[in-house]
Amino acid sequence: MEKNGVGSLETELRLGLPGGGEVEIKNEKKRDFSDFYGGGENRNQVVGWPPVAAYRRKNVFTGGKMYVKVSMDGAPFLRKVDLSMHKGYSELVKALEELFGCYGIGEALKDEEEKCEYVPIYEDKDGDWMLLGDVPWQMFTESCKRLRIMKRADASGVGVHAKDLLKALSKEE
Amino acid sequence: MDPDPKKSKFLPSNLLNSNGSSHPQSLFPDEVLEKVLSLIDSHKDRNSVSLVCKDWYNAERWTRSNLFIGNCYSVSPEIVARRFPKIKSVRLKGKPRFSDFDMLPRDWGANVHSWLVMFAKAYPFLEELRLKRMTVSDQSMELLAKSFPHFRALSLSSCDGFTDDGLKAITTHCGNLTELDIRDSVTVDVGGGWLSCFPEDFSSLEILNFSSLNSEVSFEALEKLVSRCRSLRVLKVNESITLDQLQRLLVHAPLLTELGTGSFLQELTPRQYEDIESAFGNSKNLQVLSGLWDATSFYLPVLYGACSGLTFLNLSDAVLQSGELAKLLAHCPNLRRLWVIDTVEDKGLEAVGSSCPLLEELRVFPVDPYDLDHRHGVSEMGFLAVSRGCRKLRYVLYFCRRMTNAAVVTIVQNCPDFTHFRLCIMNPRQPDYLTNETMDEAFGAVAKTCTKLRRLSVSGLLTDTTFEYIGKYAKNLETLSVAFAGSSDRGMQCVLEGCPKLRKLEIRDCPFGNAALLSGLKKYEMMRSLWMSSCNLTMKGCRLLAREMPRLNVEVIKDKGSDEIQADKVYVYRSVAGPRQDAPPVVLTL
Repeated sequence: MEKNGVGSLETELRLGLPGGGEVEIKNEKKRDFSDFYGGGENRNQVVGWPPVAAYRRKNVFTGGKMYVKVSMDGAPFLRKVDLSMHKGYSELVKALEELFGCYGIGEALKDEEEKCEYVPIYEDKDGDWMLLGDVPWQMFTESCKRLRIMKRADASGVGVHAKDLLKALSKEE
Repeated sequence: MDPDPKKSKFLPSNLLNSNGSSHPQSLFPDEVLEKVLSLIDSHKDRNSVSLVCKDWYNAERWTRSNLFIGNCYSVSPEIVARRFPKIKSVRLKGKPRFSDFDMLPRDWGANVHSWLVMFAKAYPFLEELRLKRMTVSDQSMELLAKSFPHFRALSLSSCDGFTDDGLKAITTHCGNLTELDIRDSVTVDVGGGWLSCFPEDFSSLEILNFSSLNSEVSFEALEKLVSRCRSLRVLKVNESITLDQLQRLLVHAPLLTELGTGSFLQELTPRQYEDIESAFGNSKNLQVLSGLWDATSFYLPVLYGACSGLTFLNLSDAVLQSGELAKLLAHCPNLRRLWVIDTVEDKGLEAVGSSCPLLEELRVFPVDPYDLDHRHGVSEMGFLAVSRGCRKLRYVLYFCRRMTNAAVVTIVQNCPDFTHFRLCIMNPRQPDYLTNETMDEAFGAVAKTCTKLRRLSVSGLLTDTTFEYIGKYAKNLETLSVAFAGSSDRGMQCVLEGCPKLRKLEIRDCPFGNAALLSGLKKYEMMRSLWMSSCNLTMKGCRLLAREMPRLNVEVIKDKGSDEIQADKVYVYRSVAGPRQDAPPVVLTL
């Protein structure tokens, strides 16, 4: 991921990832079309603008399937998983563990959070990174754009507190 | 060649020339006239020919074999059948372009069925049907499949309404099919079973495009099909086809000139990697390449061997970074057309400028149109870089989040030959980000400098000044798209008064009202259509227009919760067929 030097970054919290990629956890509300149209939470409220044809908009929900990409730190390939094939987090986590052949992902969702090696997070429709398991399953499948499985050890600096921060941020919304 | 009923010989009155005086020398045998006219393909030329005199009108209508109708509601199937007896290929367009952006109700119209019913009766020798933005039901496809024994080519661009069953009818019954192209049509309900319904001995296919299909197809059936069809030159598969499957297809079809790959992400063994690399290396005839879903720097190099002859590279489904694009373009010196996603950023466009001196067309699409993060995507810098290196640029579609007047002025100085200039600054009413001024001067420069300009889309903060410029300078302009722009009726009036060749005008969210609408009274009959939505039009103004101009269809769609006075969406088009009978209740015909 290339870094742009532009923009004020003072208020943004960061988790460092291998390869220089960064996950920004946004803690300020973004400007949206309500600036122009006075009100409304839905930032897509201007129908048909920008004028991008329907088939070009990356619609994750194709034919009932909900494919999202999954990346795992240290693995060179992206994988894809169909969210519509699973009824809940535990099923999804099992599928992820099989996909990557690593069996620690599920720990993150249980109470013993501090001990697990992997931190599964996802990017939602607003571009924010969230901890897997924080919102109800249905809400998750509707808003998840992609998944990322971070190695806790690689979350430099912030480390063990990353989950708390993610949790706290998600509660603020 | 066709057994023609001999039409009546012309009477001596046809010796009269156009101003009525007789001229014995003007006996021009019909056979000669028809022979000459049959060499004319352009429908615009043919339309001119048909206006010369009655002789020529008749000779033209008997020799026209390609029918082009830009608005399916401008004429009726019956009128068409009466005038043109020998049509072999049809191109038909339906919904207004803004339907691509979800601005029309689902059942708005443009159903092809009544046309097919007429074609089945009047044109049993029909060979080709190309539709754009029309609704095609399975029933229509079945009618098509069973009514035309010589049918060869079906192309559906941005169409909807059909399922697997409709396509199955085509593949099962059209034994002479050379082309099946469903492009960017809506395929939410379309399965992939149709591909398996080609008969075992079927081998005539030359063009196959199912790139937008959301379902899987049987790879076994596809592989067999490709290996049987020795004349296949265009193959565009969908995302469900993997890299190693693609390799097998390429081995069967080394003569392809156009290829759309499937997914470009797969764990390959070194052997498989070599195989696909060599398959591309053997595809020496490739001119057009697309697909490439999920392509990454690891797999793009397998393409390099096929790139030297590429003239059109469509990367609009490949999310690439600047470095990946740069490396790829280094192998594509002959590119004329390039479509990319804005993840390549300005740096990627610099590579375009330095690697593609022959480039004529560039389209940059936003990876996330709704993302308001200004730090990503492309800016005026990328566009400038392209204009410096690609002096032959004539077509651009550019989605960006910031632009300056100065940049656009420089760009059109570098590339004065633009015929299509479509600039979309994605935040509505955004000013020049450096000077905070309006973007009037930018589009003024485009209108002034690009004398060949035929199509223009404007954006950013714009006053009536922009439209004064357009009306004053853009004398070849045919299509204009306007959104969130202008200050008063005057803006629209300038365009209507000043652009003699204007055919399509689409406007949304502009402060143009009834006065502006009515200033174009006489003009709309010379245009294909006018679209105005979320402007200041009222029902009264629209009714007035409809009353004054009976040969225009004036259709209004009211938004939910709108009052009785506002005319939210207005679509005006000329028609010799009168108001249409198939409008859904939500569309009011005035």
